[in-house]
Amino acid sequence: MPAVELTQPAALPADWRDILALTKPRVMYLVVFTGLCGMLAAPAMPPAVLGFTAILCIALGAGACGALNQWYEADLDAKMRRTAKRPLPAGRMDRQVALHFGVGLSFFSVLLMGLATNWLAAALLAASILFYVLIYTVWLKPRTAQNIVIGGAAGAFPPLIGWVAATGHIAPLPLLLFAIIFLWTPPHFWALSLFVRSDYAAAGIPMLPVVAGIPSTRRQIFLYSLPMAAAAVAPWVLGLAGPVYGASAAILSFVFVVLAARVLANRATDPAQMAPEKKLFAYSVFWLFALFAVLVADRWLAA
Amino acid sequence: MKLEDEVVRRQRERARITAWLLGAFVVLLFFITIAKTGINW
Repeated sequence: MPAVELTQPAALPADWRDILALTKPRVMYLVVFTGLCGMLAAPAMPPAVLGFTAILCIALGAGACGALNQWYEADLDAKMRRTAKRPLPAGRMDRQVALHFGVGLSFFSVLLMGLATNWLAAALLAASILFYVLIYTVWLKPRTAQNIVIGGAAGAFPPLIGWVAATGHIAPLPLLLFAIIFLWTPPHFWALSLFVRSDYAAAGIPMLPVVAGIPSTRRQIFLYSLPMAAAAVAPWVLGLAGPVYGASAAILSFVFVVLAARVLANRATDPAQMAPEKKLFAYSVFWLFALFAVLVADRWLAA
Repeated sequence: MKLEDEVVRRQRERARITAWLLGAFVVLLFFITIAKTGINW
């Protein structure tokens, strides 16, 4: 067969690295970590192989969400500097491949979760994938500045799924963990969206800083950090976690609110001068990791 | 590298990875079955 010059790179079979990139591996760490913490905080531990499979399914489900998100938003991603080099907007992959991969991975992760653990965990995983893809990506994100507020629920599912995979039922503590991530998502994403505002504006995505302006977004970040801090200490107040967790949650959340207050006080509109926003964004990731790690440590100490 | 060579290289690489993943899945299913049936070694 003679060599044929192809005009579009996507005519080549997709490289496996690009398929892997569809799953947004860097986002997956947080999802896997919170799911694992939900499982480890549960009063019952499943056999190691079933626990491993449950976490694997959560990771695969998150990967499926990433693939379907990139499939749906390929045109928008092409308009943003941050995302223009992804496999689909860069033309390194056929769009259908991403769709088939995402749908296949969704079904596979849910089925495997159901077979390995229980069908309530599988149903929650399916709900989280559908919520992320249909409610957040397709419906809310291109339409309303509140996209992150409601869509944040999708990212709040993993600890709940981890807990249910271990125990087979829903309890107050995993619901609080859900609430913590749900309330953490807006200040976390809005801090990021402040210093990449021009990207979202170019793509026509109605993120809060684009629609409501920078001062309003800073106010919202601060206001959301207050109920988030209250939710973080709630497991201790309600007697679901011990004093080690309570003290750690209080200190971590106090620092979060202080950093959010600094964002509120900042008047800069140039991303180069948005050090408080960048600091809050970085700290918010640390805050979630630390809070969940301390919760697990506290539960294990109590046991 | 010729385009044809690149196509073959990518197909082989993907086939190899798919085979490894399928193998790992079979092993995982085996251990899941053991755990679900409650067999103690």
